[in-house]
Amino acid sequence: MFYRENGQFKTSYRADQQIFPIAQDRWAVLLLVACAFVVVPLLASEYLFLSVLIPFLIMAMAAIGVNILVGYCGQISLGSGAFMAVGAYAAYNMYARIPGMQMLVAVLTGGAFAALVGIVFGIPSLRVRGLYLAVATLAAQFVCDWAFLRISWFTNHSTSGSVSVSNLHVLGLPVETPAQKYLFCLSLLVVFGLLAKNLVRSAVGREWMAIRDMDVAAAVIGIRPMYAKLSAFAVSSFIVGVAGALWGFVNLGSWEPAAFSVDRSFQLLFMVIIGGLGSILGSILGAAFIIVLPIVLNLLLPWLGSLFGLEVSIAAVEHTQVMIFGALIVWFLIVEPHGLAKLWSVGKQKLRIWPFPH
Amino acid sequence: MKFRQLTLAAAAALTLGASASAMAQAQQFFPVLSGRTGPVAPNATPWANGHNDYMKLVNARGGINGVMTLVEECETAYATDKGVECYERLKGKHGGATVFQPLSTGITFALTEKVPGDKISLITSGYGRSDTADGGVFKWNFPLIGHYWVAGDTVLQHIAKKEGGWDKLKGKKFAIVYHDSPFGKELLPIVQERAKMHGFELQLLPVPAPGVEQKAIWLQVRQQRPDYVIMQTWGVMTPTAIKEAVATGYPREKMFGTWWSGAEPDLKDVGAAAKGYSAVMMQHGAEPQSAVVKEILEKVHAKGQGTGPKEEVGSVLYMRGVMGAMLAVEGVRAAQERFGKGKVMTGEQARWGYENLNLTQAKLDALGFKGVMRPVSTSCQDHIGSGWARVHTWDGSKFVWSSDWLEADQQIIKPMVKQSADKYAAEKKLTRRTAADCGS
Repeated sequence: MFYRENGQFKTSYRADQQIFPIAQDRWAVLLLVACAFVVVPLLASEYLFLSVLIPFLIMAMAAIGVNILVGYCGQISLGSGAFMAVGAYAAYNMYARIPGMQMLVAVLTGGAFAALVGIVFGIPSLRVRGLYLAVATLAAQFVCDWAFLRISWFTNHSTSGSVSVSNLHVLGLPVETPAQKYLFCLSLLVVFGLLAKNLVRSAVGREWMAIRDMDVAAAVIGIRPMYAKLSAFAVSSFIVGVAGALWGFVNLGSWEPAAFSVDRSFQLLFMVIIGGLGSILGSILGAAFIIVLPIVLNLLLPWLGSLFGLEVSIAAVEHTQVMIFGALIVWFLIVEPHGLAKLWSVGKQKLRIWPFPH
Repeated sequence: MKFRQLTLAAAAALTLGASASAMAQAQQFFPVLSGRTGPVAPNATPWANGHNDYMKLVNARGGINGVMTLVEECETAYATDKGVECYERLKGKHGGATVFQPLSTGITFALTEKVPGDKISLITSGYGRSDTADGGVFKWNFPLIGHYWVAGDTVLQHIAKKEGGWDKLKGKKFAIVYHDSPFGKELLPIVQERAKMHGFELQLLPVPAPGVEQKAIWLQVRQQRPDYVIMQTWGVMTPTAIKEAVATGYPREKMFGTWWSGAEPDLKDVGAAAKGYSAVMMQHGAEPQSAVVKEILEKVHAKGQGTGPKEEVGSVLYMRGVMGAMLAVEGVRAAQERFGKGKVMTGEQARWGYENLNLTQAKLDALGFKGVMRPVSTSCQDHIGSGWARVHTWDGSKFVWSSDWLEADQQIIKPMVKQSADKYAAEKKLTRRTAADCGS
């Protein structure tokens, strides 16, 4: 009833193939993006920016990258944290060693280096599949952890192994205040989201999906598995690497290899699985679930406790939060194994035929 | 209906809360980044309890010239990203945070980049970046009374004394077992410097976090048989190391911890087997007999307001929390001398207090720290204040002092601090603070 496309006729192929063929969707998304650019910076507090929104945006971008590889091309990867680390450290080295380096250039070069490393670690995917590939990509994680801890050149010979950046500028504009950082990350997320969405709708995206669904059949119809798989690794690692550079530069400011540990890889994989494999929207929803929910629970639990006159100790809150979070993951996966994105599309379908379900 | 009742209750609770906080007088807010869960929980919990108990004691004594202290905790679980989130959450609360004590070197590194913008000081008593002792570059960092280079220098001094002089160390082999993170690596420059000076060999043995997997490391120790093992460990890593040492048969008398690796939770479980293990202490050790502990027991715990269990009051890490709280409070008191007694200090004003701290022995004795610590006095250039340490040894059930007071050799540390700080300033394109800035 509220959500019908009656009367929306497509008169050209162009109109038929746009990202959001339904007008309501199109307007809603545009409105949402406009809100994110205009209204949020006016209303959000510093805490909301720095601790919730910026980590969420950057992780959403990383999740999009992982989703291209895992969701669209079907290559399970546990090396995403490593590709983030490569992006961050490559960008750091570009920024610290080359005088007058633009931050944006450094971040994008970080992505390019991550793409290279991604291709190298993607080579095993030509031979091994599924869970075995996951184990093979785990090697990337250990190699990178080791390299950034042990080879002091990468950290500019810092005694503690911790590196930091400051005085960030993009195209002459400072990226210092929380709102500026937020807008910078949001712009990059929008650009990369659009890029990824268009990529997966294009020929190369269809090749990835063909490989995912059945690689032998795909090879038979003339898709080169090596090209398809390695291009997925490259594109995915590029986006993940850029997100890693942002995580270091914008979110942390100062970081050590532990910021990109194997936990980060698992976290990214969970985002993609919970959000929905093979869905750009799913990546964003998954990132929101994994990043924002723990913080919300953490803030909510003491407040709930005080409502019933209970003094909840800080350690109890932490434990309860982990338990509730775990239970929610299980619950969501039981209710909708295809992720939050599928839940959303089911909801849309229901809205469409409401109030007459048949 | 039910929902309505709930919202009404919520609204009532909110308005009540709001009016209550409006009625209360302004308080000096000390945020606490605690580690009550995670890999360092057994050690970080007594620290937070000690800190909070001392703040309660300050209030029982009548506040800081009448200004009451207020504490709010946020749990970091020793994770850097969570710590940064907690910092953002707490920094603006209750009229603004006075000072942060992150109790984690990783979090300190991250916050060092943030505090100049927010104008809040960091006290990193005994941890964090060693080069932040240079106040000329690090305006907002205060590694008061010790950092890792002080720990490393004093523990080596103690060993040299036992051996009969620095020249006796020539050719000896030292294994350094350290947490593979900025925290662990911070110790290395000073031992490397000393190794170069006195000609002893170093064997660096990094342990990946959280440090429960150390079999390979101790196998190496068994093969190489170093003359001494120095441990830079924290949390669950320390008891694991000592247990592995017992299993390998490495003599505990040859093992020395730095000051985060020698507290009761680390050795309780190993008990008698750990006899002979020593650790250098940042001035204080377990101080159940000190006046301040007795006062806490009497004015806080006896009234049922103790934060943690009564048994841990006066233990090593509890005392470190007490000392951290005392330094934070005394800085505010010093700032009040300048900016107005009985007023709530802003983060910026408190910073002046930390930079002009002058705790004489008489003042410390009056606060109940007689025999616990020595005088501290900071200045614009010197953000550490003093560098004393003592070594204590586990006798199977408790710690006993095994050395006299040791002072870190500033002739060696000062140039290292300056060099490292200059490097940081060059990387960040910062200039050293001018004399005019020092007075402000």
